[in-house]
Amino acid sequence: MSTKTMTLTLQIWRQKNASSPGSMQSYKLEGVSEHMSFLEMLDVLNAKLIKEGQDPVAFDHDCREGICGSCAMVINGRPHGPRKGTTACQLHMRTFKDGDTIAIEPWRATAFPVIKDLSVDRGALDRIVAAGGYVSINTGSTVDANAIPIGKKDADEAMDYAACIGCGACVAACPNASAMLFTGAKVAHLVKLPQGQVERRGRVLNMIGQHDREGFGACTNHRECSEACPKEISFDAIEVLNREFLRAQVTGD
Amino acid sequence: MDLNAKIPDGPIEAKWDRHRFELKLVNPANKRKYNVIVVGTGLAGASAAATLSELGYHVDCFCFQDSPRRAHSIAAQGGINAAKNYQNDGDSVYRLFYDTVKGGDFRAREANVYRLAQVSVNIIDQCVAQGVPFAREYGGTLSNRSFGGAQVSRTFYARGQTGQQLLLGAYQALERQIASGGVKMYPRHDMLDLVVIDGVARGIVTRNMVTGEVRGWVADAVVLATGGYGNVFYLSTNAKGSNVTATYRAHKRGAGFANPCFTQIHPTCIPVSGDYQSKLTLMSESLRNDGRVWVPKKKGDARSPDQIPDEERDYYLERRYPSFGNLAPRDIASRAAKVVCDEGRGVGPSKMSVYLDFADAIRRLGQKVIADRYGNLFEMYERITGENPYQTPMRIFPAVHYTMGGLWVDYNLMSTIPGLHVLGEANFSDHGANRLGASALMQGLADGYFIIPYTIGHYLASAKLPKVTPEHPAFTKSIDEVKAMSKRLLGVGGKVPVDELHRELGLVMWDYCGMARNEAGLKKALGLIPQIRERFWREVAVPGSNEELNPWLEKAHRVADFLEFGELMCVDALSRNESCGGHFREEFQTPDGEAQRDDANYSYAAVWEYTGPGSAPRLHKEPLEFKNVKLATRSYV
Repeated sequence: MSTKTMTLTLQIWRQKNASSPGSMQSYKLEGVSEHMSFLEMLDVLNAKLIKEGQDPVAFDHDCREGICGSCAMVINGRPHGPRKGTTACQLHMRTFKDGDTIAIEPWRATAFPVIKDLSVDRGALDRIVAAGGYVSINTGSTVDANAIPIGKKDADEAMDYAACIGCGACVAACPNASAMLFTGAKVAHLVKLPQGQVERRGRVLNMIGQHDREGFGACTNHRECSEACPKEISFDAIEVLNREFLRAQVTGD
Repeated sequence: MDLNAKIPDGPIEAKWDRHRFELKLVNPANKRKYNVIVVGTGLAGASAAATLSELGYHVDCFCFQDSPRRAHSIAAQGGINAAKNYQNDGDSVYRLFYDTVKGGDFRAREANVYRLAQVSVNIIDQCVAQGVPFAREYGGTLSNRSFGGAQVSRTFYARGQTGQQLLLGAYQALERQIASGGVKMYPRHDMLDLVVIDGVARGIVTRNMVTGEVRGWVADAVVLATGGYGNVFYLSTNAKGSNVTATYRAHKRGAGFANPCFTQIHPTCIPVSGDYQSKLTLMSESLRNDGRVWVPKKKGDARSPDQIPDEERDYYLERRYPSFGNLAPRDIASRAAKVVCDEGRGVGPSKMSVYLDFADAIRRLGQKVIADRYGNLFEMYERITGENPYQTPMRIFPAVHYTMGGLWVDYNLMSTIPGLHVLGEANFSDHGANRLGASALMQGLADGYFIIPYTIGHYLASAKLPKVTPEHPAFTKSIDEVKAMSKRLLGVGGKVPVDELHRELGLVMWDYCGMARNEAGLKKALGLIPQIRERFWREVAVPGSNEELNPWLEKAHRVADFLEFGELMCVDALSRNESCGGHFREEFQTPDGEAQRDDANYSYAAVWEYTGPGSAPRLHKEPLEFKNVKLATRSYV
């Protein structure tokens, strides 16, 4: 592996806290290796800013292997950046070229207030899950695991939806800032399984109710969400969600 | 220091049943009068918080992440062990117990491990009932695969994302309790101290990471499920936020720290690519079911892997450990990789990696089957390295992954401080000197779902707990100390970023307290660490203020603790004059280069007592008795 380095111009959203206005600031960064991850590139910028006595850029991150869902930034207008099915932490600088200007902004949605710079409050997503995104089963009151046979196809489809990492890219990508892909993924995961049947009706009504109360918008079929999703959750999740919602309202079942 | 493990009497198979009967109960109407603090929301913390709330206790739950769903258990890939014997291949509770004790190189407590194997079967039932989408066979039953250190297939999995799916199950159970009001959840809160009153754990002090507010929280019992300390090495597979602060500060308040030198170096990680590297990425052990590990036979062979014919390759794990082959346990596979690289047979730009090759498996099974089994891992590898592992072998090298050491706990999972309970990776109890693959998820959920809910009731029913308020002088003192430390960190006014000093510490730990250790190296590290610590307090640059989101202040607190804790690890490694599991002292090895235990002198858990700043820690020993497993040289040949 030979290593190419590049010089970049970074345009980064800086905002001191939720109550201050923010603005884009420009930074020049030299010697960026193509093997760095995007967040490592920001680490290098921050080390430089700290040494120069300037305020470093706050951003959320933790596992840096694309699964915790912490990292959240819009890169050149796209949540998590240009590479499909890839979180910002797994995006590598070989995707960019020497001399590029890169714009970096936080998720923007009413339901995700900015805390500082690129860091936003995504507590609304937890509250949607708390409204019904589970099977109500207390520890210990179960049957043997193999007593509930589940076909491989159903299990695989449930897993496809359950792969959501709760990062909020779907919201950031949606012109309506809707969290229907996030909500639909959980509803679809559980509706595919026998364990999810008992609470099927209440779950979808309560989760959608909470979704709307949090200030997320409605889905108008732009499909930007599944395009931006780093786990490539299918747009079918929203179709399942709509079908379940209709079924719950119409049939009362 | 009282190290009575409180192991119940009777035959090992009957201990847990007997204990459950003998434990005192809290009547359901009284449970809501008790307040329990749970710190950490990984598998152990989330499952404990949810289950305690289901039982009726009031729970205050804390995590430093912005959501409880992001705890680092989420990143576990391969699977979870359970003695279900669904494959009809000879598994049993006893065999899982035996494999785990042997895998840990006979440095774990028998009774705890047996109980772990017993409740393993309940965990799978629980997770399936929650809707965890485990892999299935066409007939609808659960699928299993094999993991290192076992000759049966007992590992349950959800693609390469088992930790994620198990954690989401526990997180959803937790959210359900949050909705019911039984749990109050405090994300973005960093625990920075434990409050001990009259020798009993009565609460914690946290910093709100958004506002900077430092405040105390009172409880009748405190549960730490705060994970491991692998980030003392700076580079590890841990999440960037994983830290030792909660357990180390509890240690400073009196909790014994057991076997801190027992760390696990995982054999299959993506190698380091440059000095900007911020973390290492694991490639699941499950890959060794189908991947073959090799290096060229010849030193300095610069040919590309496809140009090296089979007879000029050394499949060294298959050669050295024919009966386990590529599924040799982690400590053994890691050391074997180090040996071939030290011989000059390593591959890749740095020559510090080995091949993990799927060509045979792809020929045998077809690319589709391999993609079905490991697709997400192959994609992750390609994203990070820019190389396609379907076409060219992966390059891997060992990296710090897990820490078997942790706060000492008795059979009830209570530390040496009454009222302070410790679960999951944060405690020391079940894995001895080496953890087998797919056993961490098992232990985290066993502790949280099926052990602490019983044992904490006994503590609460037995303890005398006078009413305490956050105005108690012990809280005030602790809050003042935390604030003073933040102020001191912000006031150093140096020029060196925290990460730079952390990286320096990590290199010392890796070089002298890593995969191989010796007396001279450990003594050298014990000289170097205080120097880095002294520079830290003189030269560190911590920007910003306390009253805002300040990731650099958070990090500075954690690194300050790592700079003390690293020394304790080296002291422990130096005092253990034997090799066992992940602790390989070069002076103590067999002629074949395998770890040589000294059961006559070191069959104990080393438990360290904090004796004050600048004062040497005091060693206490919990003797380990093996009545059900015969002590033997661990052999995977």
